[in-house]
Amino acid sequence: MTELTDADNENELALTSRRHFLRGGAAIGGAAIAGGFAGTPAAQAEANNLPPNVPEWMKAPGDPMGSQLYGEPSPFEKNVIKNIPKNLPQYISASGRTPLQDLDGIITPNGLFYERHHGGVPTIDPAQHRLMLHGLVERPLIFTMEDIRRFPSESHIYFLECSGNPVYKKPYGKTASDLVGLLSCAEWTGVSLKLVLAEAGLKPEAKWVVAEGADAAAMTRSIPIEKCLDDAMLVYSQNGERLRPQQGYPLRLLVPGFEGNMNVKWLRRLHVVAEPAYSREETSKYTDPMPDGSAREFTFYMEAKSIITRPSGGQRLTAKGFHEITGIAWSGHGKIRRVDVSVDDGKNWQEAQLQEPILTRALTRFRLPWHWNGEPTIIQSRAIDETGYVQPTLAELLAVRGDNHFYHNNAIWPWHIAEDGEVTNAANA
Amino acid sequence: MPPMRKVWIVAVATLLLTCQARAETQGPYGIGRVATPAEIAGWNIDIGRDGSGLPPGSGTVSHGREVFEQQCIACHGDKGQGGVGDKLVGGQGTLPTANPVRTVGSYWPYAPTLFDYIRRAMPQNAPQSLSNDDVYAVSAYILNLNDLLPADATLDAKTLAAIKMPNRNGFGVDPRPDVKNPACMSGC
Repeated sequence: MTELTDADNENELALTSRRHFLRGGAAIGGAAIAGGFAGTPAAQAEANNLPPNVPEWMKAPGDPMGSQLYGEPSPFEKNVIKNIPKNLPQYISASGRTPLQDLDGIITPNGLFYERHHGGVPTIDPAQHRLMLHGLVERPLIFTMEDIRRFPSESHIYFLECSGNPVYKKPYGKTASDLVGLLSCAEWTGVSLKLVLAEAGLKPEAKWVVAEGADAAAMTRSIPIEKCLDDAMLVYSQNGERLRPQQGYPLRLLVPGFEGNMNVKWLRRLHVVAEPAYSREETSKYTDPMPDGSAREFTFYMEAKSIITRPSGGQRLTAKGFHEITGIAWSGHGKIRRVDVSVDDGKNWQEAQLQEPILTRALTRFRLPWHWNGEPTIIQSRAIDETGYVQPTLAELLAVRGDNHFYHNNAIWPWHIAEDGEVTNAANA
Repeated sequence: MPPMRKVWIVAVATLLLTCQARAETQGPYGIGRVATPAEIAGWNIDIGRDGSGLPPGSGTVSHGREVFEQQCIACHGDKGQGGVGDKLVGGQGTLPTANPVRTVGSYWPYAPTLFDYIRRAMPQNAPQSLSNDDVYAVSAYILNLNDLLPADATLDAKTLAAIKMPNRNGFGVDPRPDVKNPACMSGC
């Protein structure tokens, strides 16, 4: 996203939103409008599969074992795919979003995990991949992937979020995916970085570790040593299988709760140093411009945030009455303590139910049972994390940071529900 | 000292020395092998903000223009005015305005980072293909376009590290949390 001009962003969001809206509308509205087509051949065939008739798929054997050696979703879910803009000026440095509004629970399927790369996706033979660990260490070391997998392993569920998710200027995304779809969550397996660093032996003056990717961008970010000795991991598996190429196969860095870009993919080198690299990515790109012309640097943490994913932009309520409001909340500072939901344009708030497990630096699913009376309204959610930090409004953020601030927008996003049930982003009104 | 005791002391001393030697060559798990200086030199392309790590070599502004026109102009536009790739030139003085233009000249805090980034990631279709001399040259040209280097200048490790970028002091620490939502529950 950072390579795009604002105009590019707007075009991109507008186009993907329209596409999503059409897709979402068709999927959600399918059942409700089916009656309108009674009498067509398709409707007749469908009726033949409904009670009291026996459906056709019970009258013949299904696909044999081995039809798919790597299973794929039902063909009826073919529209649940990554949200990739159609009109980017280039696709080597670009991003693709998770369709958050189409997913349940807290785990993102690997095929739908959001992507951001700066030099394309390299194809790396793990047998030819090496991790070099050097700099302020007693013993500079080189590891093969077999070596990395010999270390004691651990698994944790953590979210990952791009820091530019979304930008501060209108128009804001029309769907949950357009808005905050550079967000996903997985169970990661690998080795604690502190074990690997201990293998080389840190010198006392070691204060930062510069991580470098083996992609065409040779992506470089500096990680403070405190994080490296805390919960940082070298990861080789995601949701039980080896990392996907888009997620850094065969090895990536994971720094839970820190902005996505720091979780360097295709990790090939760890340079232990006394001060940060001040690389292009951490000076000219992933810094936060303020209205007075200064900028914040090394803004690592992703602060508490939430989004209602159902009902959300591009969807439509087809009936008055009961609807479950559900969404996700997360914080780079730890666990979600509470999520409040308002169904009356922010006048009153009530506490949502949190689905277990509530894990540190992972997505937490929230729910609120709701009866829609059929009148237009605005619904929104507000996350509070275990530090007591409360997710702010967009107005509160803009008042301090201005709209040229590019990253770390963790605003509350309000969805407008029209009388006809159509859901749109109220922040664009 | 009885002979047996002497032998015992020598044995313990030898064991201690052996353990010490092992500690220097191996970590707790004994996983991985030592990286040689040549291997490290081949992979370590990090340049510090003070210019540490800059390699030998040099390049002129005029040669840099030639390299730029062959390798960079397709994305970064004529004289670095921008295109598919970032605008590299201008914008000085715009950062506190409503329309800040962030370029190498207006925003980047350290000149050696230019060498580091061009060498590791540019041109996008063939990164790490330029010679060090060409990277110095194209860095010199971009700095010249930003009025940070004379047109007849030659850039090398020493002169690149000596350039003071206009926005060098433009960055500050992360003050977050910087907003406070009172979390009103009713009648808000």
